[in-house]
Amino acid sequence: MVPSDRRYTKDHEWVQVEGDTATIGITEFAQGELGDIVYVEAPEAGKTVAQGDVLGTIESVKAVSELYAPVSGTVIEANASLAQAPETVNRDPHGAGWICKLKVASRAEADALLDAAAYTTLIG
Amino acid sequence: MSETIRTTSLNGVHREAGARMVAFAGWDMPVQYTSVVDEHMAVRTKAGLFDVSHMGEVAVRGRGALPFLQHVTCNDVSRLTPGRIQYSALTTPQGTFVDDLLVYKLAEDDYLLVINAGNTPKDAAWLAAEARAFDVDVADVSARWCQLALQGPAAESILAPLTATALSAIKYYGFERGEVAGVPCLVSRTGYTGEDGFELYGPWEEAERLWHAVLSAGAPEGLVPAGLAARDTLRLEAKMALYGNDIDDTTTVLEADLGWILKLEKGDFIGRDALARQKAEGLTRKLVGFETEGRAVARHGYDARVGGVSVGTVTSGSFAPFLRKNIGLAYLPLASGEPGTRFDVSIRGRLEPAVVVPTPFYKRPR
Repeated sequence: MVPSDRRYTKDHEWVQVEGDTATIGITEFAQGELGDIVYVEAPEAGKTVAQGDVLGTIESVKAVSELYAPVSGTVIEANASLAQAPETVNRDPHGAGWICKLKVASRAEADALLDAAAYTTLIG
Repeated sequence: MSETIRTTSLNGVHREAGARMVAFAGWDMPVQYTSVVDEHMAVRTKAGLFDVSHMGEVAVRGRGALPFLQHVTCNDVSRLTPGRIQYSALTTPQGTFVDDLLVYKLAEDDYLLVINAGNTPKDAAWLAAEARAFDVDVADVSARWCQLALQGPAAESILAPLTATALSAIKYYGFERGEVAGVPCLVSRTGYTGEDGFELYGPWEEAERLWHAVLSAGAPEGLVPAGLAARDTLRLEAKMALYGNDIDDTTTVLEADLGWILKLEKGDFIGRDALARQKAEGLTRKLVGFETEGRAVARHGYDARVGGVSVGTVTSGSFAPFLRKNIGLAYLPLASGEPGTRFDVSIRGRLEPAVVVPTPFYKRPR
């Protein structure tokens, strides 16, 4: 299930831009690959990142993996509920399991990413 | 590491069940079926079934079998009686690990060694070379045996209807020959999870029959198939060493805190001199258990520090699903190895506080 209302990276992050706010998370495919998530280290508000920078870290029981910024921007907010319930990312990766929001200059970077059809092809 | 990836005779069953498969020690193995946490909890509270047919088996037979095994392992094989099993190590002249293993005494002059999958070719070559001086026949019989591990408090009640073998008479680290669901098996009361349970060794080609029979018998009691990820978190909670992580040919039996399998008084064996010397001189480091307070997990290879100075290395670390905290094992200097001692683990450039704790982290209620 790949929602068509957002864009995707090859690293299995999603980004949804509304106005100048980009909401970022990991995909259903990514959460399945990681397995039970036990810790999400989200960036602090105010941090500025360029596209491709490390934005945070996601730890599952099995492994640790990095979350890359799908677009450039400044962190507005991290999903505070994940501190107590990181498993929300497993349960609802495209919804309540969002990881952080960035303030972005434009939607150009996001628009150049994979759309739902291209991402579906990527994950086979 | 071998180039070709091998499969157990249950590979198709795992794939059909939707298991996530991963390459482990040269084998294509199920890492999880549904969720590592759910599978872990099933083993702690009910039961889980693991395909561990990748494990290696070596048959050691002949008049020289006992002296040969006394020579290559550090535990005292003369204490074994038929039907009993011993945890031990194949040791190097330096007292480090070629491998850790189980020694089954099938009968006089007839033993079965169960060794780690990734070490099987190395161990077989090591044993063959050492066997030249003994009147003994050593054969890698890994391809003949499947191995299923039924682990958890419900294991005995699940297995009982499938076998005429008196399971309650089999003590921990004992085994019987019998039939399970019509399949001839070694029924062994052993495991790598810290729970009660059985390891069933049967003919390689009968694995599927055995698997389905046990799984259907156990389903009403909550038995689920479990993968290697849960096996790893379960063994870590029980502080059972993993070759390649916690022990290898750079760590000695004493440093690994496995002094209880070291029987210096049994006579000469490979590594005895080095281990006797180390015991007399005292250790400089030891494998200890620790907990971290933060949410980040201290994993294999991370640096352990005291006052910012590197003092050791984390060998295993994970979120512990039953204990619901982050635990790990590390080699630390003796001075830093007492329970209650604080140190730091460098996790992605940040120092996270850790404290040495008594082990095992988890001990099953009896």
